[in-house]
Amino acid sequence: MEYITASNIMFVILACSILFFGVMTVTSTKILRAATSLFFVLFGIAGLYLQMNYEFLAAVQLSVYAGGIVVLFIFAIFLVKNLGEEKEKLSKFKSIMGGLAAVSGLAISLTIILKEKVFVTADTVRADEIAASIDMKWVGDTLMGTERFQYLLPFEAASVLLLACIIGGLVVAQINKKEEEI
Amino acid sequence: MSLPLECYLVVSTLLFFIGVFGFIVRKNLISILMSIELILNAASINFIAFNRFLFPDQLEGFMYSLFIIVVAAAETAVAISIIINVYRKKKNIDVKSINELKY
Repeated sequence: MEYITASNIMFVILACSILFFGVMTVTSTKILRAATSLFFVLFGIAGLYLQMNYEFLAAVQLSVYAGGIVVLFIFAIFLVKNLGEEKEKLSKFKSIMGGLAAVSGLAISLTIILKEKVFVTADTVRADEIAASIDMKWVGDTLMGTERFQYLLPFEAASVLLLACIIGGLVVAQINKKEEEI
Repeated sequence: MSLPLECYLVVSTLLFFIGVFGFIVRKNLISILMSIELILNAASINFIAFNRFLFPDQLEGFMYSLFIIVVAAAETAVAISIIINVYRKKKNIDVKSINELKY
């Protein structure tokens, strides 16, 4: 009975909505509906991060995923003609094989997670205390420091990656005038 | 009393295999990309849960998921520009129609 608290009930609601909308994302035959379901999945995951006291990560998840990537998906769907209305048929053989692969993988993973009890050493009380005391200074130091457990180099590498991605996206998507004339 | 780590792991495992199912079953490039997003998010939940429950003294899993989000954004942008380019040439985005590299 000690597990029935407000935050745990919230976790169950979030988990159920994530899984429901996740299934909707992969099974909905209308692609615009699938994109909307993906939006709700990302929203629910941001909720999980908030529940674990990682507010900054929840904000990043919302602004980059929900605000950026889903909008990108929806624009792509609109740019590709007829995709919004067209229904995609799922072949029966493929869904049976896919379902088989997913269920067998799920069975193996869940058996390992639930039976092996490798994670019982977690000290949840201490973890809760530390997580409640996370402030932005700590996050900023971790992101911008050069010592151990600090991540300036990956941060800079990410900036180069984003530049390369901007240039790559422009080059790939540009209309080649010479090709069109022929 | 907060929930044990296993609850988060079960949710992320289920989400991961929903994504795998979609990746195998769907034929449309944009749907496949959305399934990949689900898989990436499942991995991200795992990183965060391990960080939060097992190693709360450093923000390692936190930073990993931050960089997962950055890489996912870059990957999606490039993939969508490729999909739009494919659409211009083939007039559809079915995976079956892109087979020039196959033989």
